[in-house]
Amino acid sequence: MKGLPVLCLLLWMSAVYLVGIYLFVGGFLLVRLEVNRTSTCSDLLEPAGGSGDFCQGQPRFKRTVILIIDALKIDFARFDPSKTAPRPYENKLPVLEEVVSSRPSQSRLYPFRADPPTTTMQRIKGFTTGSLPTFVDVGNNFASSAILEDNLIHQLGQTGRHVVFMGDDTWESLFPKKFHRSLPFPSFNVKDLHTVDNGILRHLYTTMMGDDWDVLVAHFLGVDHCGHRFGPDHPAMAEKLTQMDGVIRSVIERLQNDTLLVVMGDHGMTDTGDHGGESLKETDAALFLYSPTPVFPDPHSQTDLVPTLALLLGIPIPYSNVGRSSYRYFIKKGPAGAVEGLSQLEALWINAKQVNRFLETYSSMARDIPPQRLSQLKDEFSRLSSAYLSSLREGRSPPPQLASSLQAYLTSVRDTCRSTWARFNPVKMAAGLAILALACLMCLVLSELSQVLIKGSGLGLKAPTALALAVGVVVAAAQLLTQGYVEEIWCLAAGAFSSELLFFWRARRLNTVTVSKNGTKASKFSRWLTPRRLLVAPLLIPLLRCASLLSDSYVIAEGRVVTFLVFSLVLYIPIQLNWNGLLLPPSPDPLKSAGLLPPSALSPSTVRKEGATLLGFVGLLISTLYLSLSFHGCREEQGSCQPSSFLYPLSRMQDNQLKNLHYVLSVISLGIFTHLLRRFLCHYGNLNSSGGTVFTARWILPLLSVCLGLHWAVSATSEDSFRNLAELIRVAQLALPRAAFCLLGLGLSLIWLDPITVFVKTRAAASSRAPALPTPRYRASTGISPQAELHHLIPQIYQHMRRSLDDGELSGAAEEPNRPTVEAYGLGTVYSAPLLLFCGLLGVGLLLLHPEGMAASFLLLLLEMAALLHIHASSSTLCGLHGTYSGGFHVPWTPVVLWSLAATQFFHATGHLPTFPSIQWGAAFVGFPDGHTGTLLPASLVTLNTFASHILFAVGCPLLLFWPLVCEVRGSGGGRACGEEVGDAVMEMRLRENPHQFSSSLLQLSARYLFLHGAQVFSSVCAAAILRRHLMVWKVFAPKLMFEVSGFLMSSIFLLIGVTLVLRVDGAVARWFKNLVPDASR
Amino acid sequence: MWDHEIRAMVSTHALIAASMFMATVLPAVFVEGFSVYRTHLLWLYCTSGAVIAVSVVVFWLLGVTPSTKKHTLGYKLSRLFRSCLYFFLSCLFFHTVVVLYGAPLIESALETFSLAVLLTSLTTMRCLCVLGPNVQAWIRVFSRHGAMSVWDTCLQITVACTLIGAWMGAFPIPLDWDRPWQVWPVSCSLGATIGYLTGLVAAPAWIHYHRKHLTYKCK
Ligand SMILES: [Zn+2]
Ligand SMILES: [Zn+2]
Repeated sequence: MKGLPVLCLLLWMSAVYLVGIYLFVGGFLLVRLEVNRTSTCSDLLEPAGGSGDFCQGQPRFKRTVILIIDALKIDFARFDPSKTAPRPYENKLPVLEEVVSSRPSQSRLYPFRADPPTTTMQRIKGFTTGSLPTFVDVGNNFASSAILEDNLIHQLGQTGRHVVFMGDDTWESLFPKKFHRSLPFPSFNVKDLHTVDNGILRHLYTTMMGDDWDVLVAHFLGVDHCGHRFGPDHPAMAEKLTQMDGVIRSVIERLQNDTLLVVMGDHGMTDTGDHGGESLKETDAALFLYSPTPVFPDPHSQTDLVPTLALLLGIPIPYSNVGRSSYRYFIKKGPAGAVEGLSQLEALWINAKQVNRFLETYSSMARDIPPQRLSQLKDEFSRLSSAYLSSLREGRSPPPQLASSLQAYLTSVRDTCRSTWARFNPVKMAAGLAILALACLMCLVLSELSQVLIKGSGLGLKAPTALALAVGVVVAAAQLLTQGYVEEIWCLAAGAFSSELLFFWRARRLNTVTVSKNGTKASKFSRWLTPRRLLVAPLLIPLLRCASLLSDSYVIAEGRVVTFLVFSLVLYIPIQLNWNGLLLPPSPDPLKSAGLLPPSALSPSTVRKEGATLLGFVGLLISTLYLSLSFHGCREEQGSCQPSSFLYPLSRMQDNQLKNLHYVLSVISLGIFTHLLRRFLCHYGNLNSSGGTVFTARWILPLLSVCLGLHWAVSATSEDSFRNLAELIRVAQLALPRAAFCLLGLGLSLIWLDPITVFVKTRAAASSRAPALPTPRYRASTGISPQAELHHLIPQIYQHMRRSLDDGELSGAAEEPNRPTVEAYGLGTVYSAPLLLFCGLLGVGLLLLHPEGMAASFLLLLLEMAALLHIHASSSTLCGLHGTYSGGFHVPWTPVVLWSLAATQFFHATGHLPTFPSIQWGAAFVGFPDGHTGTLLPASLVTLNTFASHILFAVGCPLLLFWPLVCEVRGSGGGRACGEEVGDAVMEMRLRENPHQFSSSLLQLSARYLFLHGAQVFSSVCAAAILRRHLMVWKVFAPKLMFEVSGFLMSSIFLLIGVTLVLRVDGAVARWFKNLVPDASR
Repeated sequence: MWDHEIRAMVSTHALIAASMFMATVLPAVFVEGFSVYRTHLLWLYCTSGAVIAVSVVVFWLLGVTPSTKKHTLGYKLSRLFRSCLYFFLSCLFFHTVVVLYGAPLIESALETFSLAVLLTSLTTMRCLCVLGPNVQAWIRVFSRHGAMSVWDTCLQITVACTLIGAWMGAFPIPLDWDRPWQVWPVSCSLGATIGYLTGLVAAPAWIHYHRKHLTYKCK
């Protein structure tokens, strides 16, 4: 068979997908590295000769009250008395206007520009750290949401201020244990408008009257929730804003002279009450500052608040801040009696120096800021600093334009950072979407045209690759010429896009050529686009699945939804077979059967048996589906959900009896898992030879299971129960999993190196039945071995005749009546046996990374795989029996759809969820209880754990091709492919007889599998693109996108591994035949 | 060619639909606070009862129900008994399927069972009326060449519509809209009812438009 073209086409397809994904994600998921350094009081930020301790000076304000009103849009805060009929959200905060007009020197109201993403958590992060948080801030602690970057709250704590917090409990998770006192209230329920606000109001005034605080933060959520629930244009909003008006009034009444009041919104809202994006309505929040003593601050942007507040409160500016302090406040030595503070220029200088220091640190860690821009900024800073320092040294007053240049410098730094971190890149997103859509279409075309492609060597990959390379280089050159630097992402995109277009063009031409050659066959290409062919159940289900990714509720309930869809499609199979009259043996009514069905190849008992098998396996599949539901975890959005008790490792279980029960259950499941695998191999005679694969099946697999069982036992024993064995337990905890890893590696590589599982037994010519036989090209049968044969084995015997293989000598065949024959055990499953063993071994290995209880779920996974394979085999046999089998080895859509849905289903049934908190971090410590030094190993362990089911189903995907052959019904060969003689089971040897069909079916199967996963990626990409303003985008859609993308990546990698393994087996079988021929002839 | 039978079918379906309408409207007169959402189970049983009663009477009057060869009372009684048994078994079957589809197992067993009763009375009841208590025949009817009369084709269409309706009725359940009709099993039973009504309309229409192509073998 043609292995290389298949592999190359698949590789190229996955590569195109990945380029599309990379492009989209590059425009959508903005990634920023966290700099985990903190500023301290002793930082030498002040000009040379500073005191050395920054925090000694007298701060401008002793206390600050920060009232955050979530989603307080600037429109809400403005007051326009001329409006006679204000909308519900207008003119409801008159207090701000009253104060500003009556005490202009003490108060200011500003629009407060937030940076996207305008979601509460990112905004809180933004206005405490002064940086521009993105959706993914890659820090060293991915699991918890705590802010590790330097921030105001941390600095306040460092300098001994008491920060009291009340309100939205997001703060508590962002700043765990950072507050002197905190009163968090649950923020999750969007429909609840009052819990948080009323909770704050119960404590706000008493706290203000008290004396144990320096900074008071109160975060009200009512306005935001009201927006989400009713939208801004609703009486409830008026009510809520009026309440806030009252709150601000009473807080102002209670303010003391040394206190600053900050009232602000973290972001705005759209006309529908949502936020998250970058439109002006979402970004323009309100900021109101008031102090009983005069102030003139002038901030514009949210990040600016951080340095301003920090310098006002006399604490160091947080390390990662890129905001600009509002220089106007820092008047140089105010009139007599005014509080001493920093001068305008000093403040700016400190700020600039801090920003420059951050830029240096950041650029040494990450390269996402364009290097040119970076060096420009650096030069600018050194110029400014030398000017400032020299003027300082010489004692003359600095040039007047220095302040404004410092400001310009700070602004340009902030703009640079913003364009890097805080903007979606719509062009990249659109390009990624286009490439992905074309890639999906390409997969579909490829799967339909696979036969033509493989047969007519028409679609070489050389031209697309060459074109892609050429276009990529051209784009790179053009970029170099116009911009001066290369953005490789666009080169990749251009390459992928051009190769896609070339593919379509050639596919079209190829199609028309084939049409002109033989009109009947190649109408295929145009035919599959008709709605009648697309609107069938097996394609409707994936369509529904993709559509479900566009709704947050469905993504939240994904596990159930997928199970529902699988169940529907499984029920559809027997119903459809019955509809076509294939499920039951035709009625004895002679009139009917004579007229409608071909009389050949019908044997009612076979039909009945196959029908019963099919229904039996449908039953098995349904029960595994139902049982798998009990292994699901819970998202936080699912209120009343109870996570499965199997999700917790045994060591955490308190009840000893329950623990033992769980342990026994897990071990039994593992035992059955192993036994079933061996049983299959044994049944088809694959355990007789002495190759590497057989060694793996006989020894390594059981040993691995034993290792696993012991490991569970050891890790489940509590430390104090066997005190004297503590050392031993510790060693075992280290050694057992590592031994398992080694065994796994050994087993997998043995299978890879020596995949042949055929045992050859040469028969003496005399005992051979060959003379009695006609001279078919091949003859293979089961069960002719006498009882003396290896007892429990039912060997597949492939009686190989030398001459029939060797066409050149065919003429002499009749002259040798007594030629020796060869029995080959396990030849019938020569392809599926190593693949299945590989899959099973991988399954046990992946189970090692899961909590013990998941063993049962892995067993269900194996059973479901088996049930799917058998249903597929039975239904294609039933179709074949009635002569409606389409011929060839093509796998229809239904089993492939089921296979890909099952991968998602078991993603959930192994306790995973598409959310970051649900990642099972424990997997990284299996075999490495003391942690790691690098990040690669733990990351790959966690990835393997998370995508275990994707991996297993992808590797096992080619089994779908083999199974109908494995379960081939003897005596029915006639209904099969190419007019084989009726009589004997040739099983997978059929594949060798039709190498073209084999490779085209393999290509088709893989392309279909990739298409189904690619379509899911495409729809979740669409969801993220369309719903980027949605309330749930960062909670539901973006994590879902990342999981879907990673799942696709793992699926495609392991699909390629599976296909490569099949190709290796094919090569090994070919070699084996070559060796056999001279042997037998001698 | 089929004009007579189609006319009979249309009037039958009109009767059934009218009875369902009455079952929705009439109890509101007698029962305080009756509504499809709030007193859903009551509505559901009213509808099921109405459909069962009307179909039995109409199909018996029309003579669609296969006539028994033997006219002994014992045989008739045993047929009746078997019909009741099949009705109950079908309820259990639908209940199991619905539970496997993801309905809660214990919590709202009554609601689930009521849905099963509704589904049974919309689908199995018709099978019983048209084909008699004969599972073999039921399975045979649902194949491409299985229909042996206009009524069989009509049965195929209505049953398929009902089941698809109930299946689609499950779609709104996960959505977080908090509407009264999202409560289990309201959406599914509404879906089944709407599907059934669609089937009642679609079946005669479809048969009317395809009457040229329809050929049936005699029983
Ligand atoms: Zn917010
Ligand atoms: Zn919000």
